[in-house]
Amino acid sequence: MSTLRSLGVEQQVALLFLILFGLLCAASIAVFMPTLRAQHSEQADPHLRQLRDLRALWIGTVVFWLSWMSGPVGATLLFGVFSFLALREFITLAHTRRSDHRSLILAFFVVLPLQYVLVGLRSFDLFSVFIPVYVFLAIPVLSALAGDPERFLERNAKIQWGITVCVFGLSHAPALLLLEFPNYAGRGAFLLLFLVIVAAAAQIVQELASRWLRRRPVARHIDRSFSYRAWLAGALAAALVGALLVWITPFRIWQAMLMGLVAGACGTLGEFVMKALKKDAGVRYWGNQSSVTGAVGLLDRVAPLCFAAPVFFHSVRWYSSLAP
Amino acid sequence: MTIAVKVMGMLVSFVARLVTGAQGHWKGCPPEALQRIYFANHQSHLDWVLIWAALPDDLRVRTRPIAARDYWTASKFKHWLTREVFNAVYVSRQRTDDQDPLEPLAEALQHGDSLVIFPEGTRSSKGEPQSFKSGLYHLAQQFPGVQLIPVWIDNVQRVMPKGEVVPVPILCTATFGAPMQLQPGEDKREFLERARAAVVALRPLIT
Repeated sequence: MSTLRSLGVEQQVALLFLILFGLLCAASIAVFMPTLRAQHSEQADPHLRQLRDLRALWIGTVVFWLSWMSGPVGATLLFGVFSFLALREFITLAHTRRSDHRSLILAFFVVLPLQYVLVGLRSFDLFSVFIPVYVFLAIPVLSALAGDPERFLERNAKIQWGITVCVFGLSHAPALLLLEFPNYAGRGAFLLLFLVIVAAAAQIVQELASRWLRRRPVARHIDRSFSYRAWLAGALAAALVGALLVWITPFRIWQAMLMGLVAGACGTLGEFVMKALKKDAGVRYWGNQSSVTGAVGLLDRVAPLCFAAPVFFHSVRWYSSLAP
Repeated sequence: MTIAVKVMGMLVSFVARLVTGAQGHWKGCPPEALQRIYFANHQSHLDWVLIWAALPDDLRVRTRPIAARDYWTASKFKHWLTREVFNAVYVSRQRTDDQDPLEPLAEALQHGDSLVIFPEGTRSSKGEPQSFKSGLYHLAQQFPGVQLIPVWIDNVQRVMPKGEVVPVPILCTATFGAPMQLQPGEDKREFLERARAAVVALRPLIT
């Protein structure tokens, strides 16, 4: 640990990415080898699922690496694009009506860019209230002006929810990069990395645990694999990984565990909620297979981050204001 | 092809992909560089752009839309866009006695180009496409060697409803079906009904 601490920031990060990509390569080989042998389609099916999960991890890691390489502005832009694509997919599934047109234009072309500009400008107070307060009130006003009373509340609720998750939630990820932390200047990226790794660990362990434990699913009609124990296992694994990563954070070890626990638990719940949403929209496809709407499943990918990032961000801010 | 035309083409297809995803699902046939007539349901002005953006590059240059001459040559920009970028076939909406309205289309097919046509003739805002006009039948009769590909365009009416100017980003798909042909002895009404059914059959169950 002491040798690690003596390294410069850049070297620490380089080491982290090296370890991360190394682990991914090892996992890919471990998953890929048996698929070469499996002949029957039933046999290959779980492996295909694992391959898809792995692909998601690869994409996540590469994206994170890109956002690290491109600096704060690049990262903000990158996550802005992700927000756009996620919201596009969400709205496609949400079955909006003709009279929602103006509200949607507001959401895509005004709210989304403004939120990311606020992130880029580091005005975190306005950033935290812009969507929950101002946009929350503006959307129904615009919607009422469109003059269509049919399913008014339902339509507005859908748009609000989409904006809150896809724009508000996800914009907390680049916000972590830009957070000014006492005695931690220029290391916001470590926090984002911490969050991403912890959330990914929770997801993997939950997936594995649900396969091993074979508990009764909590909500069979939404997700056949989600059970409380598996979820807890995922969250605990996130806490453990958080503790292992304590050296890249400004936290003490118990704080890192707690943060990991919270972020991991939120992330897996986020994925669970998104599955419910897709089931409701009638999408049976999950993951990379392109569905009839042409949705390729970016929403599934970013859902854990959408849920974990805001909780994590505000926990971190709250902690940092308590312990200056 | 000048640089301006190339840039404009790239810009249009980039925007189409950004806004709609412009996903082409080749269900009934592979995207091959064969001479084809694509016929699709028509719900929005964007229909043509969506098909165009969903086609691979090498097919795009040989695939031409039909444009109403009076509207699409009205301003310099519209004329330039349809002539240079999309390579449109112009038809006049006013029918004169001495001219066959399908003549420009037949000419393009004789050159070996592929066409995209919307046989409903007009945009339908309801879900079900209207009955097909007879142009498709006459072309099928005159050019038996050209593949007829039914296409269903989904979700486009949500992107830009009639009367709106700014499009909303919503994912759309163009589903390409299996080639069909005019059967020997098939009459006009039968064929058009079958063609329409082939388009409707491509509609995804979940829209």
